[in-house]
Amino acid sequence: MRAAALCSLLVIAGTVLVGVQLFAQHNTAQDIDDGGRVFRNTCANCHGPDGDEVAGIDLGRGVFRRAKTDQDLVQIIRSGVAGTAMPASDMPVAQAEQIVAYLRSVAATKRSASGVGNLERGKTLYDGKGACGSCHRVNGIGARLGPDLSNIGQLRRAVELETSVVDPGKEILYTNRMYRVVTKDGATITGHLLNLDSFSVQMLDTKEQLRSFEKTNLRDFGFIDTSPMPSYKDRLNAEELADVVSYLVSLKGKVN
Amino acid sequence: MRLTRVLVATAATLASVVALHAQQVTFDRLQHPEKEPQNWLSYSQNLFNQRYSPLTQITPANAKNLELQWVWQSKSLEKFEATGLVVDGVLYTLQGPPAQGVYEVVALDAVTGRPFWTLEYKPLLEARPCCGRVSRGLAILGDTLYMGTIDAHLVAIDAKTGKILWDHMVEKVGEKATEKYAITHAPVVIKDKIVVGIAGGDLGVRGFIGAFDAKTGKELWRTYTIPAKGEPGNETWSGESWKTGGAGVWNSGAYDSETNLVFFGTGNPAPDWDGRERLGDNLYSDSVLALDADTGRLKWHYQFTPHDEVDYDSTQVPVLADIQWEGRPRKVMLWANRNGLAYVLDRTTGQFLLGKPFVRVTWMDGFDPKGRPIRIPGQVPTPQGSVIRPHVLGATNWAPPSFSPRTGLFYVAGWENSGTIATEGKFPGATGIPNGTPMGQATLTPNFKKEEEGFGIIRALDPHGLTRKWEFKMNDITWAGVMTTASDVLFSGGKEGYLLALDARSGDLLWKIALGGQINSGPMSYAVNGKQYVTVAAGSALFAFALK
Repeated sequence: MRAAALCSLLVIAGTVLVGVQLFAQHNTAQDIDDGGRVFRNTCANCHGPDGDEVAGIDLGRGVFRRAKTDQDLVQIIRSGVAGTAMPASDMPVAQAEQIVAYLRSVAATKRSASGVGNLERGKTLYDGKGACGSCHRVNGIGARLGPDLSNIGQLRRAVELETSVVDPGKEILYTNRMYRVVTKDGATITGHLLNLDSFSVQMLDTKEQLRSFEKTNLRDFGFIDTSPMPSYKDRLNAEELADVVSYLVSLKGKVN
Repeated sequence: MRLTRVLVATAATLASVVALHAQQVTFDRLQHPEKEPQNWLSYSQNLFNQRYSPLTQITPANAKNLELQWVWQSKSLEKFEATGLVVDGVLYTLQGPPAQGVYEVVALDAVTGRPFWTLEYKPLLEARPCCGRVSRGLAILGDTLYMGTIDAHLVAIDAKTGKILWDHMVEKVGEKATEKYAITHAPVVIKDKIVVGIAGGDLGVRGFIGAFDAKTGKELWRTYTIPAKGEPGNETWSGESWKTGGAGVWNSGAYDSETNLVFFGTGNPAPDWDGRERLGDNLYSDSVLALDADTGRLKWHYQFTPHDEVDYDSTQVPVLADIQWEGRPRKVMLWANRNGLAYVLDRTTGQFLLGKPFVRVTWMDGFDPKGRPIRIPGQVPTPQGSVIRPHVLGATNWAPPSFSPRTGLFYVAGWENSGTIATEGKFPGATGIPNGTPMGQATLTPNFKKEEEGFGIIRALDPHGLTRKWEFKMNDITWAGVMTTASDVLFSGGKEGYLLALDARSGDLLWKIALGGQINSGPMSYAVNGKQYVTVAAGSALFAFALK
């Protein structure tokens, strides 16, 4: 499904569906994760990660104007709304249900545990005490090792960002997994995986050097299941945490 | 004339004189390619589709010395799926047309890669095949090349000049989905006939196989892959579903002169993932058909996947072999199917001899005594989606396998993968290999896969027991075919863009080279002036290698 089409679709959904409680379903954590992935990839550009970016529309509250059941929402996601800009989509039922499950999970969780912070103070903490730029990059400034955060506010909810700051290893996105190789002479190199094929590994190492290895020259290689990012749980107080999260939420630029 | 064709004469014409005065390709030559190992006269080298070259210059010991000889670059960026032909020093191949573009059919100097002539052929704009504007190859008889097109034409081309001799509309292509007939495979030459099958099953055409006079293009017989009302097998379709039931034919067939049978595999029934409106076994979808080559009359059939709802096309090329079976010689057909199962059939009678998964399979468990697969309940697409192995793209797809009479092994390229398949009557939702390229579109994308997320394979199967002798794993999936040689070297490749040379007896890697584009074709081999070459298409170019 084209991203723009689904965004339009959800704009309408948010416009017309207010006032109806979503009913509980038996969704798995995987369903919610998958739904979140689809939502972020196809919807968040318009609706924002919390579903509240469009004026007058809040998909993340769990109440809608017209839908009486989750199936109504699924129907709207797939069929669109006649006479509006929201088109029908060919999204499978299962995927639409996952989006609904995700939206329901959004409604069930707080937007941020630490409340609303100060964006400017957050940027100061990002640049200073947090030293976040030593790994991350924002609008072309900072290191390349960690995920580029230039549009992280467009992709991730505040509560998710907060979790990532205090517990970075809790969820590592598929494409953000770190990679480690050990050469036959015992050298260990870690970095961001750029490509992996039957015979070779290409990565950006921690010194931001492009490295390529033939697997035959490696003793070991594989993904690292833990995050190299330190936890800021004890480095930032609640107010500082809220400030940093607010700054991250404000990052809605374009990743180059 | 509705054709747009441009004949490009080149400076190489003078150099071609000797080669182009070579003998005509008689049907006897096509039946006995072992007498001229320097040539590659049919899509899969011989009419048994063994994709086995009798050449021996490149060996497991010296394969490491292979080096690039030449590259021919196509203008079209479509998937380059064709296997070329080589006749006495001239290599013929073609590349499918881009949208609103033209086919390129070329005759190349097989030593230098320089063109003798180029024919540009523009198919009708109404031609919109479901799954790629591709061609998998040409056929040759006498001095004439034969090409099937995505607008369902069969075209005869003068092999010496590139001029079109005749252009026959096999079926009229229209605007409706059920009129999207196409021919995407290399035609099969049988005596004085050119035999082709019709693709478009995913769009709901009624598939058929036809034979055409090699001299004139006149249709001599036509056999539908779905029986009409009143014919045996029509009762396996509920209602009027047989009229738009698919069962297209989009890969090349095999021919056995002893029985005068031509064999073709058929595609999935339509609609692909929703069988509720086509209840029954849906004969002869997902089957192999054995037809009398003179009349087209059906002699026997075997259905690999009755009432398929996963899109397990059985359009792999049939591979024929004469092997010892339970202590006596037997004429068999070997088949590695998209449904994840490998088969040994008696090709004279169609008797099911053996079937066994060659990848992990979750939709069936064993066979009844007649060789019908026993389904596992619930392993069908649902509106909510079901996880089924193999995935909708299959355990293998159209890429041609190989059988080596020397090793007695059957070599298959494919992949281990699962997918969530949802019934919507449209292309199903699928998970499995992230960033996989559906239907093999020619792109190289970085991948970050763990093995459990799916991987490509080349597996060597012993037909006796269909046991695995060895496997070569690839990090990514493969759409490449397999070729073996009489010196026990196996060539193949994959989506990663590597051309591989493996030891056919052990699977050990002998040599590899990254070609910069996805390999969507089967390697082939030929020799000129005593020098053995190996070619393969990768990306949108054809590469030729030989020893230093």
